[in-house]
Amino acid sequence: MTETLLEIDHLSVDYETGRGDLKALRDITFDVNKGEIVGIVGESGCGKSTLISSILRLTAPNTRFREGEIRFKGQDLLQASERHMRDLRGADMSIVFQDPMQTHNPVLTIGQQMLDIQHRSKQSKADKLAHAAKMLGAVGIPDPEARLKQYPHEFSGGMRQRIAIAMALMSEPDLLIADEPTTALDATLEVQIIERLQELQREFHCAILFISHHLGVIAELCDRVVVMYAGAVVESGDVREIFHDPKHPYTRRLIECDPGHIKERARVLPTIPGEVPDLANLPEGCIFRDRCDQAMSRCATEVPPLDQLKEGHHAACWLNHEEVTT
Amino acid sequence: MEKSRSELGQIVVGVARDPLGLMGLIIVGVIVFCAIFAYWIVPYDPIAMDIKSRLQGPSAAHLLGTDQLGRDTFSRVIAGGQVALKVALPAVFGAMAIGLTLGMIAGYGPKWLDNLLMLFFDTIRSFPTVMFALAVVALIGPSLQTVVFVVMATSIPTYGRVARTQTLTLRNSEFILAERSMGASMARILGVHMLPNIIGVLAVLAAMDIPTVIALEAGLSFLGLGVKPPTPSWGALLKDGYSLIRQTPWLVVGGGLPIILATLGFTFLGESLRDVVDPKLRKQR
Ligand SMILES: Nc1ncnc2c1ncn2[C@@H]1O[C@H](COP(=O)(O)OP(=O)(O)OP(=O)(O)O)[C@@H](O)[C@H]1O
Ligand code: SF4
Ligand SMILES: [Mg+2]
Repeated sequence: MTETLLEIDHLSVDYETGRGDLKALRDITFDVNKGEIVGIVGESGCGKSTLISSILRLTAPNTRFREGEIRFKGQDLLQASERHMRDLRGADMSIVFQDPMQTHNPVLTIGQQMLDIQHRSKQSKADKLAHAAKMLGAVGIPDPEARLKQYPHEFSGGMRQRIAIAMALMSEPDLLIADEPTTALDATLEVQIIERLQELQREFHCAILFISHHLGVIAELCDRVVVMYAGAVVESGDVREIFHDPKHPYTRRLIECDPGHIKERARVLPTIPGEVPDLANLPEGCIFRDRCDQAMSRCATEVPPLDQLKEGHHAACWLNHEEVTT
Repeated sequence: MEKSRSELGQIVVGVARDPLGLMGLIIVGVIVFCAIFAYWIVPYDPIAMDIKSRLQGPSAAHLLGTDQLGRDTFSRVIAGGQVALKVALPAVFGAMAIGLTLGMIAGYGPKWLDNLLMLFFDTIRSFPTVMFALAVVALIGPSLQTVVFVVMATSIPTYGRVARTQTLTLRNSEFILAERSMGASMARILGVHMLPNIIGVLAVLAAMDIPTVIALEAGLSFLGLGVKPPTPSWGALLKDGYSLIRQTPWLVVGGGLPIILATLGFTFLGESLRDVVDPKLRKQR
C-alpha cells in the first residue's frame, strides 16, 4: 500500500528582483510516497534548490509563493505557522546540503553539534552522546566515540558528508532531502555515499527526495524521477521507464549527455547546445523550444501541458500529444 | 566542556611562545597578583596619614617615598592597581557582554531593529567621553561606580559594532542554514552556534581595551571626575604628584610608571592573543 507523504500541488514561486519577477518555479506537481526515493534532475539553475527551500520554508527573503500548495502528511506547509515549521525541521523532515565543507560549525566539535541537534530529546547527555556515536557508526565512521571529540576540519570531505547524513537521520525523519550531496565529492566517494544512503534507507524507511544533475546517480538510487527544466517539470515517472523510453526531448538529451552513459570517457562532455531561457522574461510556447531539435510550429505559440502518457508517467511535449491524438 | 579548557590551554601556550606575548603575560600577571593580594603586600595602610614624615624620598622604610600627607606611595601604587582593575574589568566585561548581545541581535534580527540599535550606538559614540563623564558626574557624583558606568557606556558601541559585523557575515553561512534546517530557534542559533564563532574576536578586543580603560580611569581621576579621595588611584597619584613636582618627583613616577607598564602589558598580551586566535579561526573555517 502506498501512502502519500509529500504532495507538491501546482506550485509557482517567484523571486522579486530588480528586473521584475523571476519565475523560478511554475506549476510544479509531483508526489513523494512514504518510504520512496524520488530523484529530481535538471541543469544548474532549473530551480531544484528553490523547490527544496520552499518545502522547508527556508527561502530567501525575496521569495514569493504565487500559487499552489505543498502538503506534508496532508497539511499545507505554506499556511503553517513558523513555530510548526520549526518543529517539523530536523524532526519529521531534514536535509543534507551540497557542500560538506560548509555545513558544520567550525568552532564546535562534532559531538557538541550532534548533542545540540537533539535539543528536543529529554534523554541524558550520556544517552545523547551514545546515540550520536551509534549514528556515526551507522554511516561508517570508524571509532565514533573518539571522533565525536574532533572538530569538522579534522575530517575529510567524504566523512563530513557522512556526518551530515548521520545528523539528518538522527531523529529518524519521514522525509530526507538531499541537495546534490555528492556533487562536491569525487566519483569513488560518490559511490560510497550512494550505497550508504541505500542501506540507511532500508534501515530507517524514510522517503528520500534526492536532487542531482547526474542522471546516473538517480538511476542507481531512485524509484521515480522528476525531470525539471527552467522551473517546470517536463517529465516524471518510473526511473527504468524514463531511462528506456524518455518522452521529452530534454530528458533524451540529458541521458545522452550523462557522464555515466558514455562508454569511453570523452575528453569534453557533450552538452546540450543553447541556453536556458530568461526566467524573468519567459518566451511564448514551449520553454525548451530554443534548444529542441524536434520543434514544430505549434511549439512556438502553445505551452505543452504535462500529460499523463501511462499510469504514473507524465511528459510535457507536443510530440506525445500527436501520439495520444492519433 | 573539556574542550574549552584545552582550547584555553592552547591559547596560553601560543601567547607564551611569542616573546612580546610572554612579556605581556608576565606584566599582567604581576599586576593582577598585586591587585588580588594588595591587602597583604602593602607595607602601610594606603590611606593612613603620617604628617611627620611627609614628602620623603625613597628609603628603606618608604620604597617610593611619601606624599604631602605622609602616606606611603608604594602602598598607594599597589592599592591603586586594585582600583584600576576594579574599574577596568567590570567595565570592559560589562561592555563586552552588553555590546555582544545587542550586536548579535542587530546583526541577526529584522532590519528595523538593526537600524534602531545602530542609531543607539552612533548616538553614544557621538558624545566625547570626557563631556559624557562630566555630565554623569554632575548627575550622580564621582565614585568608582560612576567611572565604571561611564567607561562601560562609552565602550558598548565598539563591541556592538564588531559583534554585529561578525553576525552579519555568519548569518548567511551554510552551517547556520543547516542549523535552521534542523529546527534551531533564533536563541539557539545565536547562543550555541554564533557566539563561539564571535567570542574570540571580542576577547582580543577586550584585552586591547583594558589599558585604554585604565588610562581613562586615571585620566578621569586626574581631572577629579574619578574615584573620590582618599581612595588611592594611579590617576589621583599623578594629580597629586603633578602639583608637587617641585617638592618630590616620586609621586609622578609612582602614578605614571604603573600606567605605562599596564598599558604595555595588556597591549602586548592583546596583540599576541589576536595573532594566536586569528589564524586558528581562519584555519578552522
Ligand atoms: N534569492 C534569489 N533571488 C533571485 N533569483 C534567485 C534567487 N535564488 C535563486 N535565484 C534564481 O532562481 C533560479 C533557480 O535557482 P536554484 O538555486 O533553485 O537552481 P538550482 O537548480 O538549485 O541550481 P544549482 O544546480 O546550480 O544548484 C536561478 O535562475 C537562480 O539564478
Ligand atoms: S513541445 Fe516542441 S519544442 Fe517543446 S520539447 Fe516538445 S517538441 Fe520540443
Ligand atoms: Mg542548487
